[in-house]
Amino acid sequence: MASGVKPRVKAPKKASAGEVVTIKTLISHKMESGQRKDSSGNVIPRSIINRFTCDFNGENVIDVVLAPAISTNPYFEFDATIPEAGDLKFTWYDDDGDVYEETKSVAVG
Amino acid sequence: MDFTRRDTLALGAGAAAMALLPLRAVAQADPNAEVVGAPDEFLAGADAGAGDLTLTAPEIAENGNTVPISVDAPGAVEVRVYALGNPTPGVATFRFGPLAGSQAASTRIRLAGTQDVQAIAKMADGSYQTAMKTVKVTIGGCGG
Repeated sequence: MASGVKPRVKAPKKASAGEVVTIKTLISHKMESGQRKDSSGNVIPRSIINRFTCDFNGENVIDVVLAPAISTNPYFEFDATIPEAGDLKFTWYDDDGDVYEETKSVAVG
Repeated sequence: MDFTRRDTLALGAGAAAMALLPLRAVAQADPNAEVVGAPDEFLAGADAGAGDLTLTAPEIAENGNTVPISVDAPGAVEVRVYALGNPTPGVATFRFGPLAGSQAASTRIRLAGTQDVQAIAKMADGSYQTAMKTVKVTIGGCGG
């Protein structure tokens, strides 16, 4: 599924150095599990996002491996430490080889 | 809605094309993608005891398609979540990097029916902790 995928991220624009901030991410994706069958009984092929990562200035915050048991429109909430000003980079990896990226800048002060 | 002869023909052709689709859509899961696997594979014979690991899940989930869960495992490097009654038990693997603010994460998962959800955390010292929670599901979330 390469169309209609829209990542959404909620992260603070400002933080104090060393602060722990909560980040919420959501990406629109149907996450076809590969378990369902269509009306004629054929299995609908699996099509999911299989990996999600978040990095801050190149250092890893969280790395998630997703299985088909993750719901439609995968949602994640987690905490990140912001040591200095920089960019949060979010990456989603689709089964079909597509990579979706989103970047959020965080200022310190 | 009225169907004209032309509409009916177009519909028929569309349905025939759809029926052929699964045969061509062999482009399946990325073979390089990591899988979550089963609890035994992760533990590899090691014992998992109770610890600071907490798994939060609702007692009753009306809709098995989106069951909110969260894990909190202070000091863990990796947490895996399993739905033991699903067709494939693996749900997710969370790895916490050096900038993780806490070893906690929330997401939403699918449950095929009433079952146990298990979380296993691998701690920084190589030991394992586990937590289990039973979730009652009113409507299953894996399709039939």
